[in-house]
Order: sequence, then structure tokens, then C-alpha cells
Amino acid sequence: MDAATRTGTANAAQNGRAIFECRDVRVFYGEKQALFDVGMDIMEHRVTAFIGPSGCGKSTFLRCLNRMNDIIDGCRVEGSIRLHGMDVYSREVDPVHLRARVGMVFQKPNPFPKSIYDNVAYGPRIHGLARDRTDLEEIVHTSLEKAGLLKEVKDRLDSPGTGLSGGQQQRLCIARAIAVSPDIILMDEPCSALDPIATAHIEELIDGLSENYTIVIVTHNMQQAARVSQRTAFFHIGELVEYSDTEEIFTSPSDERTQGYITGRFG
Amino acid sequence: MTSTIMTQPTAAETRLGWESAEVRRRIRRRHAANRRLRLYGIAAICTAIGLLATLVVSLVLLGSPAFVQTKLDMPVLLNAQHVDPAQPARGNYRAIVRSSFLSLFPEGAAMSPRDQRALFRILSNGAPLAVRDHVVANPGDLGKTVTLSVPLSDPFDQLNKGKIRRDLPENRRTVTDRQLAWFDHLDAQGLISMPFNWAMFFNSDSRFPELAGMAGALVGSFYALMVCFLISFPVGIAAAIYLEEFAPRNRWTDVIEVNVNNLAAVPSIVFGLLGLAVFLNFFNMPRSAPLVGGMVLSLMTLPTIIIVTRAALKAVPPSIREAALGVGASKHQVTLHHVLPLAMPGILTGTIIGMAQALGETAPLLLIGMNAFIVEPPGGILEPATALPTQIFIWADSPERGFAARTAGGILVLLGFLVMMNMVAVWLRKRFERRW
Repeated sequence: MDAATRTGTANAAQNGRAIFECRDVRVFYGEKQALFDVGMDIMEHRVTAFIGPSGCGKSTFLRCLNRMNDIIDGCRVEGSIRLHGMDVYSREVDPVHLRARVGMVFQKPNPFPKSIYDNVAYGPRIHGLARDRTDLEEIVHTSLEKAGLLKEVKDRLDSPGTGLSGGQQQRLCIARAIAVSPDIILMDEPCSALDPIATAHIEELIDGLSENYTIVIVTHNMQQAARVSQRTAFFHIGELVEYSDTEEIFTSPSDERTQGYITGRFG
Repeated sequence: MTSTIMTQPTAAETRLGWESAEVRRRIRRRHAANRRLRLYGIAAICTAIGLLATLVVSLVLLGSPAFVQTKLDMPVLLNAQHVDPAQPARGNYRAIVRSSFLSLFPEGAAMSPRDQRALFRILSNGAPLAVRDHVVANPGDLGKTVTLSVPLSDPFDQLNKGKIRRDLPENRRTVTDRQLAWFDHLDAQGLISMPFNWAMFFNSDSRFPELAGMAGALVGSFYALMVCFLISFPVGIAAAIYLEEFAPRNRWTDVIEVNVNNLAAVPSIVFGLLGLAVFLNFFNMPRSAPLVGGMVLSLMTLPTIIIVTRAALKAVPPSIREAALGVGASKHQVTLHHVLPLAMPGILTGTIIGMAQALGETAPLLLIGMNAFIVEPPGGILEPATALPTQIFIWADSPERGFAARTAGGILVLLGFLVMMNMVAVWLRKRFERRW
């Protein structure tokens, strides 16, 4: 195995329990290989950041974790990804069920063109998580609360989610993901479409959420990775170059490609 | 002048001389080209509008007389001896109408039978029916004299509308000099009126233009469109959803896609032949029935609906699908809860436009016999019927003068429905259009 995997597993012991164990993950888009033998453990209740230049495979890898790549024609995943010891690509795993347990927040805020309430209530509704109306309301309220949005929208839960500001929409999407009580929340560059103030808001939120959730965040913003994450993985041209504690990556990277990227020499 | 004395222009200056005559000429030419292009566009639009206006104006001029009908407000003595009160529908209303009509003329009783026959030609064959309908509705009026408005026959309708020239020699008119005098006698008494022709909408087809209306065709078209909608809408949407959301991209789906597109371009008469060969001859379905008409029309609208539905589904941004998948919605939930509702306005718009096409379609209906002469509106989708375009076709084929106006009038009604449907489509699009 390459250096990256070794680094990743060596550090595992100091960081608590691994929730995702990924080994030799290879992804192909048709003939083209997009990821080469990626192996890493993602720690429970930690924020893990994936950084790297555009096209390095960080989003591709993120989308393997909840099998979002399944919907892309010609996409093939090899290797093993285990969630709580269960291979997510095995036959027994229903990708739909998996996606409910591994929530996702996307680059561009994408609330449903429905009311704020229905946006958050949709997941619990289709999964039958609420016993009755009051239970559902409770779920919606706590989810919005956790996403730090409740105060701003509690008087207009019936107004359309698409009418909120960009930052609010993104927090609504986070509330929507939280509402189905996932173990893990994947965030694919959640702040890249937001202004600095909204970004700061989301980053604060991620900090708070990491107490109860495992968060994996893809970002092209190195400062953001440094601010919010405890663990950072650096990807380059489809390879996991280095995976370690965030502080270590940013202060004393062991690979010179990482060094080059974080000092801004390429990327 | 001075510049030439001072320095020779450098190569760069000659090339980039923005003030040079060459550049100014180029700009002038470009502006002229812009103007020309704009003028071509305006000319094209004017041509199109002019043609459309010509069409509409000529139709209105030709068709408007069909919407009024010359009538005679005739005092009718409902002589009880001609009608059995127990069976008012079966009385001898011809005799009632004739005697009442004859009494309008002082010399009436003294006329020869031949003159009387010529006189009675002023009235429509529908006049006794109008009287009968009145008696059936008001049996208490038997024995009394009531004033009823009865239609005049087509030649006198045309005469009253000024379509028959009085200055022509008698042998070149459908109306004789004596009939003309009788008509003028009635007119002088103020008995001739020309009210709105409700018969155009509430009567069915007739051999007599003054009695012919579109009721049967309207009902027939309605039934055929219902059948067409009920078949093509669900089938079209289901097919489009499968092709767009579920089908793998492979050679088979490519073949299907190409064929759907080809089907949309097949001439409609081909579908008519198919309906004739398969539905009528093989499955022995009823001839002239709106059921078969609707089925044939649905073959035509189906590809249209599949194509617009696919386009509408494709227009729903992938971010919405990802959002739903991200919270663990399954494929059918993504499609039914999110994608389909968002695509619905587009689908409905396309469907209405497809239906409007089907409404105007004539050729396939001719082949399955929906151009039969049918005097009653159909009572259901299995009974013989005509449709709006085939009714127009039948009238256009008829020699009586009154049918010329009826034809144009029928086209106006058909166009009215088409415009209405397209307006609903436009409204839907405007109302529910969403920008991402």
C-alpha cells in the first residue's frame, strides 16, 4: 500500500473509532479511472476535510460514501467501503436506505421548491420517522434549530424554501439532511456558492454539529479546512496523497505535493 | 496636409487607423447590413401577419352569415284536429303550418296547388318541427294561435342576406318573381327577422343548410378528444418517464427514441389507414365511432406527448433529483414527488397543444368513417358521429349555397376552439413557468 493509507490507519488509534473504513477504492468513469486505490478511515464525531485541486477526485470519493455515484451512467466503484463494518457496495445494502443514514449537502443550495416546513419534513415523511403530526413538527423544529435557522424562519414555515437567501437555503438543506437523523453528513463544497458572512455562519454550524455527527466536508478553501476540520485528506490527480490530523497537514506535511498545494504553488 | 509633411505614417498606424476612410466605410457597411437584416425580418413578419389577416377576414366575411338565420315570425293556429293531445309528437304539423302560412296571403285560399307548392318553398322543412317542439313543450297551447319563429328555406335566407341578386333574369335565380313578391309581402308586414342562429350550435347535421348545425360534430369531437386524452396522456407520460428516468442508455433505447421521433412525423392519414385496417377490419370495432377516432388520434398525439414530457422532465435541474436522493428518496419517490410535479406545467402545455392538433385532424377520421351523414349527436363513444373538421369537410362538399357560409362558419368555430386551447396552454406556461 502507498504511504497515504499507512498514514491514515496509523493515526486511527489516536482518533477514536472509525465509522467508515475504505480500502483500495478505485472509481472509473467508463474507461477513465478517476480514483486510484484510496484507503482511509473516517473517524466518528470528527470533521474530516478533503482538499485538493479541481478534478483531484475528492468529490468523487465523497460521493462513493453514500453511493451517489450510482446515478452516474458508466460509473464503476471497486474496492471496499465499510460503514460500521458493513460493505456499502455489497448486495445486501440498499443504496436508498444508505443515503438516508449518510446525509448529504450539496455545493449549490438546492431546497425543494416547496415550503420550508415541507423541505425539512420530506425525509421523515418518506421514511416514516414521525409517529404523528406533532412528532413531525417536533422533528422539523429541532432540525431547523440544530441548523441554526429556526429563529429566522419560525414565523414563515409555510413560505417557499427557495425564497430564502443563499446562506439560509444552505442551512435549510443541512436541516433537511439532519431531519432523517443520519450518522454522517457529507458536505460537497457547501460554502462555495455563499458570501463570506454566510460561510462563517455555516462553518460555525459545522463546529456545533460535529458533537453529534460525523462530518465529511469537501472544500477547495484551505483556510476553511484548517478552521473546521480535525482531520484532513489531500487528494491529487485521483490519489490520496496524505491523510492526517489537520494541524499536521498544514504545519508539517510529509509529502511535497501537499506542501506545494498548501503553500499555493499549484492548485 | 500637415501630417504628411511632418511624418510618414508607420505600419501600425495605417493598420489601426480608426479614423481612416477604410474603417469608416466598413462601419457604414456593417450598419447597413444590420438595417437590412432587420428590414428582412420586419418584411417577413408583415407577410405572415398579412396572410393571417387575409385568412381571418375572408373567413369572417364568408362565415358570418351562417351565424344569423332568416326567420318568419308566424302566427300559427294550433288546430287541435291535426294533433292528438295524448301523442302531441305525432300530429300533422305540416298541415298546421301550411294553413297558417296560407292565411298570411289574401289570395292564399284561391291559389292553384302548383302555386301553393311554390309558396310553401319559402318555408324551411324544419318549420313543422319547430311547431311540433313548441306543442310538445306547451301542450296547453293546442287550439290557440301563437306566434312562432320558424326558419325560412335556404334560398330565401340567402335572398334576405343579399346573396341572391334580384336584378338577375328570373331563369338565372333560384327564386322566381312570384316567390320574390310573396317574400316582399311578408317582409312588408314586418314578419321577417334575422336573429342569432342558435341552430348552428344546437342542431346536428341536416340536408337543409338552414337546419344544419354543429352539435353532433361538437359532441363527436369532444368524445374523440376525451378518448384520445385518456389513452395518450397516461401512456405518453409513463413512456416518457421510463425513457427519461429509468431506461439505460443503450442501442435499444436509442432505437426507441428515434422511432418515437419518427412517429411524430408520420402523416396523419397513415394512422387513419392503420385504424381502418386494425381497429375496424381486424378488431371489428364500430365504424364512425368516436372511440375509434380517439384511438387513431391518440396514435398521433402519443409521440408528441412523449417528446414534450421528456423535454419537460429533462428541464428539471439535476440538483433537485440529487437533493431528493440525498435524503434517501428512492427513484420512484424522486420522480413522483419532485420531478413530475415540476415538469407538469410543461407536460400540460405540450399535451394541450397536441390535443389542439388532434382536434383539427381530418384525414384519419375520414378513413374510419367519421364523415358520415349523422343527424343526431352521438349518445356515447360507440355511436356513429362526426367531428368538427369532418363536418366542415362534409359541408364544403355540399352544393347548396347555405353550406358555403356554414363551412366558413364551422371553420371559425374550430379556430375558436383551437385558439382557446392554445391560450390555455400559454396561460399555463406563464403561470407556472419556473426559472432555475
